[in-house]
Amino acid sequence: MSRAALLVLADGRFPAGGHAHSGGAEAAVKAGRVTCAASLEDFCRGRAHTAGLVAGALAAAAVLGMDAAELDAAADARTPSPALRAAARRLGRQLLRAARASWPSDELDALAGAFPKGAHQPVVLGLAARAAGLGPEDAAYCAAYESVSGPATATVRLLSLDPFDATGVLARLAPELDRVADSAVEAARRAVTEGVDALPAASGPLLEVGAEWHAAWPVRLFAS
Amino acid sequence: MDGVTGTRVRAEARIVARADGRGGTALPVLDGEGPLALRRTRAQGTEARVMVVGAMSAPLGGDHLTLSARVEEGARLHVGSAAATLALPGQTKAEAHYDVRLDVADGGELHWLPEQLISANGSDLRVSTRAELGAGARLVLREEQVLGRAGEEPGRLVSRLTVRIAGRAVLDQQVSCGPGAPGGWDGPAVLAGHRAVGQLVLAGPEFADRPADARMLGECAALVPLAGPAVLVSAVAPDALRLRRLLDEAAALLAR
Repeated sequence: MSRAALLVLADGRFPAGGHAHSGGAEAAVKAGRVTCAASLEDFCRGRAHTAGLVAGALAAAAVLGMDAAELDAAADARTPSPALRAAARRLGRQLLRAARASWPSDELDALAGAFPKGAHQPVVLGLAARAAGLGPEDAAYCAAYESVSGPATATVRLLSLDPFDATGVLARLAPELDRVADSAVEAARRAVTEGVDALPAASGPLLEVGAEWHAAWPVRLFAS
Repeated sequence: MDGVTGTRVRAEARIVARADGRGGTALPVLDGEGPLALRRTRAQGTEARVMVVGAMSAPLGGDHLTLSARVEEGARLHVGSAAATLALPGQTKAEAHYDVRLDVADGGELHWLPEQLISANGSDLRVSTRAELGAGARLVLREEQVLGRAGEEPGRLVSRLTVRIAGRAVLDQQVSCGPGAPGGWDGPAVLAGHRAVGQLVLAGPEFADRPADARMLGECAALVPLAGPAVLVSAVAPDALRLRRLLDEAAALLAR
């Protein structure tokens, strides 16, 4: 495997459409719950341990070869907000397009055939990592990092937050992202023998509720 | 009761509801145990009603309670509780477990509407609620978690709710809060200082033909169609009273 493939996949400039999504930050900013670097950090910490952990475990499980359709259904059950399910599938479809161009593989072709409307993004991420020769840890790290990097970048635009402060937030969260990725991989390995129910189901009620509120706005800066 | 071992209680209570063949519902099994006493109350129409009565203070640290209900084909069961459940610290440091197992067959209907679960300061409880529904089963389920008694810091609470219809999970959500929970639990992505969290789930074949439309109920609650014939109302509120009001409003909306 090439470790540098991880950098390609995790790069914010990888053309997978992630920049159009705020990971719930736009709703949290408008609700007045994220107002500065400190509240952004708290938001990101909560997101990493909920959405980030679940996405990391789904991605790692896909790298380990679990059935994509089963993982996709598990992602649906863990995403009660229809706005977030739609966003995850849209992101999945965009990522799959970029991944097939970058690391052509039969598995990615089969996934595209099975999910014409897109599979959940973390499932695609895992299969993309697998096609790139990466391991479950790599996929879990990618998902955990994406769960906080999106909101941090979005908040720079939403609040005119100093980009240095936003990057500081990400750097301070790094040790926690290590723990999130570790638990995600551990759960994914358990799921291989015990089934998808062993995957984590950690949820942030305000992320789900906020996503529905956000989806109903007539004008917004980010897609989710 | 398997018994009280040292200071720990293990108890398993079971309810089975069966159509009685005369348009009503019989309860061939109604076995309470230890802290979980079960009382049959006056039936309403074809529906049997059961009240869970707390017969001793539980769950305390180290306790393991299991409450299961099976609703067979054509039977209708309503389960409530006489009071809120209060999780308290025990004499041991061990966590307590409270497992709820619900099984509703095709053509069966279960209304599972217990009072709140209150996580008192110093307590440590893992709740797991699993509902397994047949394709033609109906369920109304409400769960409310209250973080601490009035003005009190909460204990540690992990609560997972899973609903499966015809073998497929349509909802799998876990909330973790209190001291020792993963960071950010009280932050802007999760609870943001709210002290009551609630879920109301409605499932039934009618949602397959007419999925509910997503809508907001105030700022901190949403009604959403799940990826299956079911709908979820998810809400956070400053306290138990306002949470109940939100969920009652949602239930009235869905009953129309």
